Amino acid sequence: MSELVLIGIVSVFTAGITVAIGSISNALGQGRALAQALQSIAQQPDESNSITRTLFVGLAMIESTAIYCFVIALILIFANPFWSAVSGG
Amino acid sequence: MTLSPDEIIYFTVGPFNVSATLVFTWVVMLVLVVASWLVTRNMRASAPFTRGQHVLEALVAFLLKEIQDVTQHDARPYLPFVGTLFLFIVTSNVLGIIPGFHQPAGSLMTTAALAVAVFFAVPAFGIRRVGLGRYLRSYVEPSPLMLPFTIIGEVSRTLSLAIRLFGNVMSGSVIVVVLLSITPLLFPVVMQAFGLLIGVLQGYIFAILAIVYIASATTIDSARLEAEPKSTSSQKEAPHE
Repeated sequence: MSELVLIGIVSVFTAGITVAIGSISNALGQGRALAQALQSIAQQPDESNSITRTLFVGLAMIESTAIYCFVIALILIFANPFWSAVSGG
Repeated sequence: MTLSPDEIIYFTVGPFNVSATLVFTWVVMLVLVVASWLVTRNMRASAPFTRGQHVLEALVAFLLKEIQDVTQHDARPYLPFVGTLFLFIVTSNVLGIIPGFHQPAGSLMTTAALAVAVFFAVPAFGIRRVGLGRYLRSYVEPSPLMLPFTIIGEVSRTLSLAIRLFGNVMSGSVIVVVLLSITPLLFPVVMQAFGLLIGVLQGYIFAILAIVYIASATTIDSARLEAEPKSTSSQKEAPHE
């Protein structure tokens, strides 16, 4: 098995695992945040505006971790630095 | 498959490549400017408003209220900056539904430029509101040990602003391309509709986060600025009571 094949296998596998773990943990966190926000809105409907805005901001913050995983997966697949270093391209 | 509109280069001027990112940023700017010019050309102050004026006024009122809610003081100084961010991102993301349009926000260059603008706007607004010395003191506020963490926080939140917008917009177009090769009939349309929602939401989130960062540089200090005279005066009054 040549180096290129090995790098290809490891990169694709790692990219899949990265997105999988990243999205699982992220979904758990966002689900918790959403459930809590819905409960707060049910308790205090008057504050729903500020709760919703804070929820969006918080979800965006949490989501950025999943986006990091996604970007790293894309780098591994489409712009792999190790692949370019070995193949010389 | 082209991941980023940076890779499509139309022509070269000297050392600069005029890529699809740049061209479609100009298109968005042109759309915004022409639309605003058409609407504000015959603005009225009284009853029969044009439809465009209704849209723009509702938009400005919405932005003013959102900024007001976050900063807790006058929203007008922040409206031009934050409103431009919101309008530019939302317009560029919504125009992505047009075939052949490459969203400028799908390139890390555009989003990094926007995030760097926020990075410099935060101290600018902070210094303008609370003064240079007081703003700089907020970096070493609880103790000078916090200085590196505050600086790292400023840089990393700029990075996350850029990568968040880029990742969302780019993943939307990548998913459509992937679905086109698997199930070309219906699902790409559904995902594009979803991409519209994500695009508007990301524009909103980018603008809101920009205000939150600006507010963190302006309001905490001004709260202490208002609290300090009160505490000293109450200490002086206390012996009399």
